[in-house]
Amino acid sequence: MIPQQQQPKPASIDWLILVLYFVFVLGGLLCIYASVYKEDHPMIYDTTMNYGKQLIWIGLSLFIGMLILFVDEKFFYAFAYPIYGITLFLLVAVLLAGTTVKGSSSWIEIGGFRMQPAEFAKFGAALALAKYLSGFNIKFKERKTQIIAFTISFLPLFIILFQNETGSALVFGSFIFVLYREGLPGWILFLGFAVIVLSVLALLVPALYLCIAIGVLAALFTLVIRRNRQNVLTVIGVAAIMMIYVNSVDYVFEHVLQAHQKSRINVLLGKEVDLKGAGYNVMQSKIAIGSGGFFGKGFLEGTQNKFRFVPEQSTDFIFCTIGEEYGFLGSFFFIMMYMLLLWRILFLAERQRYKFNRIYGYSVASILFFHFLINIGMTLGLMPVIGIPLPFISYGGSSLLSFTILLFIFIRLDANKVNELRGAFD
Amino acid sequence: MDSTSKQKVLLVIFFSIALIYISRLAMMQLFDDSYLRSAQENVLQEQTIYPARGLVYDRKGELLVYNDAIYDLIVIPEQVKGLDTNVFCRVLGIERIDFVQRFEKIKRGVGYAPYRPSVFEKQLTIPIYAAFQEKLFDFPGFYVEVRTDRKYQHSNAAHIMGYIGEVTDRDIEKSEGYYRMGDFKGISGVERSYEEVLRGRKGVRYVLVDSKSRTQGRYKDGMFDTPAVAGQNITLSIDQKLQELGEQLLNNKIGSVVAIEPSTGEILALISMPTYDPNLFVGRQRGNNYMKLLRDPSKPLFNRPLAAPYPPGSIFKVLMSLVGQQEGVLTPNTMYGCYGGYHLGGLTVGCHPHSSPLNLQGAVAVSCNAYFCNVYRSVIDNPKYPNSESAYKKWHDHISSFGVGHKLGVDLYGEGEGFLPPSTYYDKVYGRFHWKSSTTISLAIGQGELGITPLQMANATAVVANRGYYITPHVVKRIDGKFNPNPEYNKKHWTSVDTQYYGVVINGMQDVIERGTGRVAMIPGIEICGKTGTAQNPHGKDHSVFFAFAPKDNPKIAIAVFVENAGFGATWAAPIASLMIEQYLTGKHDTRKYILERMLKGNLVHKNDTATAATQTGKH
Repeated sequence: MIPQQQQPKPASIDWLILVLYFVFVLGGLLCIYASVYKEDHPMIYDTTMNYGKQLIWIGLSLFIGMLILFVDEKFFYAFAYPIYGITLFLLVAVLLAGTTVKGSSSWIEIGGFRMQPAEFAKFGAALALAKYLSGFNIKFKERKTQIIAFTISFLPLFIILFQNETGSALVFGSFIFVLYREGLPGWILFLGFAVIVLSVLALLVPALYLCIAIGVLAALFTLVIRRNRQNVLTVIGVAAIMMIYVNSVDYVFEHVLQAHQKSRINVLLGKEVDLKGAGYNVMQSKIAIGSGGFFGKGFLEGTQNKFRFVPEQSTDFIFCTIGEEYGFLGSFFFIMMYMLLLWRILFLAERQRYKFNRIYGYSVASILFFHFLINIGMTLGLMPVIGIPLPFISYGGSSLLSFTILLFIFIRLDANKVNELRGAFD
Repeated sequence: MDSTSKQKVLLVIFFSIALIYISRLAMMQLFDDSYLRSAQENVLQEQTIYPARGLVYDRKGELLVYNDAIYDLIVIPEQVKGLDTNVFCRVLGIERIDFVQRFEKIKRGVGYAPYRPSVFEKQLTIPIYAAFQEKLFDFPGFYVEVRTDRKYQHSNAAHIMGYIGEVTDRDIEKSEGYYRMGDFKGISGVERSYEEVLRGRKGVRYVLVDSKSRTQGRYKDGMFDTPAVAGQNITLSIDQKLQELGEQLLNNKIGSVVAIEPSTGEILALISMPTYDPNLFVGRQRGNNYMKLLRDPSKPLFNRPLAAPYPPGSIFKVLMSLVGQQEGVLTPNTMYGCYGGYHLGGLTVGCHPHSSPLNLQGAVAVSCNAYFCNVYRSVIDNPKYPNSESAYKKWHDHISSFGVGHKLGVDLYGEGEGFLPPSTYYDKVYGRFHWKSSTTISLAIGQGELGITPLQMANATAVVANRGYYITPHVVKRIDGKFNPNPEYNKKHWTSVDTQYYGVVINGMQDVIERGTGRVAMIPGIEICGKTGTAQNPHGKDHSVFFAFAPKDNPKIAIAVFVENAGFGATWAAPIASLMIEQYLTGKHDTRKYILERMLKGNLVHKNDTATAATQTGKH
């Protein structure tokens, strides 16, 4: 019954996650190769091309990933706060001394390499949140706990918003799933859903009409439940909050959002057809994917990718290459593998003995899911154009390295479950 | 809610999103082919391959028109980087300000996009092209595109060759999709009338382009491409040497020459003076030159031999002789006296002094006005017909059968009809049955309301040479080595005058050359039959007219010469015709140097030279 191993041995590493990781990274490399392919640079290790650079990043990521596997698991628990602190420091530093690339000042240049600290803040926040919530005598029901947990999760979000990187900032919203798992009431998730629906409606329908509609609905409700005075008050209160929210969404949209963000949202909502800006990207992305058919056009045969119709095709729109060259079959296969990875992480997380490990696992799955939701949704025209990468697939050193670290820390933590079992029976 | 069900809630959310995305993918990739079509539209570009235009040769096989490469400087504004404007402007020979203005003009152009090629400078000269080619790598974003334009080997025969120019919106509409904006087509001459033969057929090539419209390769290895079919070469019936000589002889004069090979209807020379160099319609000065020619008061663009109606004069005496015989009111022995002209009541048609009375041959030889007035009267007042009107109609039909008064159907654009008044014309002027032979007597000698084009006159001369028929005159002998397939150009149009009546008239015409008014045209060893004419012209000095064919038997050339406002036919028209006949039949034209010199130097356009012309008139 009692395992006798003193050291984590390779057998205790979760091979399924590792295999999926390799499939994604190498598949991603092929997609990057196909999307920036030039006939005069056919070698995949040509470091003047994005795929050559990505190959270097893969090597570096693997090296760091291996290092993580050999680090003592207590290291992450012990250094969770310092790591979080460093990433926060970098986020602030980049605000003061960052390099501006494509309108977002989120880059730090070290030597020839550019780095986006926002990417690394993800696992920083995940570690800190896991450590805090797994702490002794911490009960999520307490208000103080909730405030601190929310602060840890969403502090990076606000700093990154200041860097003009809306996409990376929103990723931190995915911690809501983790908090839900750790005791946040379900109605908050549904509140979130309601907020999204109301926001969309507020943007589509003039605020005045929406308020009238809410008022009428509230009046009907009141009629039905008029005997229960307290519920009537609740309904009136909720209606009032909804009206205020609708109007504030309107206000934020008109006065806070920047022109390009407004345009992206309008295009997404179908209120605006802007074929030169965001609308063009989405249209070309949909054309590339839609023209793939069932089997796809084949490796290096995707005309829309090859001939540069899809912008940002090796980074944010990399899924177009999958859709066009590997068709419905390839896309379906990819999505199912991605789901398999998410399921596997959640499955393993639930099996962890340490709360720290479980919370960290849920963070990893939530972050990966959020990227999937936004990135694929964007290429399919279902989500606004928010520039965040597709994990493991998109070109980009910071992103690949940070996702590798994020995932490998979990693999490392998970590899210790056997020891934990032993510890539990000790 | 316990913790495992919370895990399930999250998994349900994850998989719901996955399901939504997969459904969306299925919709886009499996059930909607509009994305596939858009993708094709994105990358497929139809490129036109322009065929080489057909070449033009003269009847002896000499190349007259060919295609020449021209070089357009193209710019892709987006790709222009680090340009040294000073060097660039120096190479191109333009000012800096020009450079800036041109870029602004390009940017204002229709369909401008920074990644699309735009024409920066049309038709570089060869030296600039060469200099530019050397420095091309210094000017990223610029390149030279090669097209072809027409090039005319000789600077003559402009009215036959015609020219090409850009198609208009109407041309594009009428062509049912063949022409596109910027295409060239024949605007006049054979370039126009044989446009469909010369232009060939455009080909299509489908290429893949990237998002910046740069070519990335063939579509399906060219499976759907159609090759261009080169235009067919044509051989003109024109004799380049004869044409050239004729133009030299008519230099500094206004007038026309048409020479026809009677047995085939092939036009050997067609000269319209003043003329222009067809190369003016080539290259970048095309538009400017066109406007200049259009404004020139001497109307060099007007195709006189095809369209200008002249009073026919003496050719009508020849036709009268034939019609009179055919109508049975005239025989070779019919004699009429001439008393200084034709007198009837108060009407007088004057004549020059000559012996009298004369028979038909003599009357043709001396061109007696009175004689033909009598003939005309006897035709119109012929008791065979109930009235003058029906007799006139008969006369009209006879004359018309010589190809006078209507278009012949030459294969050149801009042919005129001339004018042969129908009986209704006189009805209108005088009232029906209120006119008779004496009213229209001037028709007898080719004066009055008549108008004949030099082409019609040359054709009528060819009829006489052929003793009764003509073949529609044409300038294109062969298309792609085979005879001109137009059946009209192989069909004899017989006149309503029988062959037997021509002999005496031809003898009279021979007398004109050997002892009559046309002696200046005589060439030893060649029997020429001709006739001088001095067409009265209400607008000024008489036109000098001459028509002839040679040799008398088995004629090889029929020619009509008009020199405007030049006086007697023998002064200018006859020597010119004679020199051209000699050139055509013997290949030489310098056996009679004094005539040649006089013709070449004769200047009837610049008024200070008219004194010379006046002294020459005495010699006829």
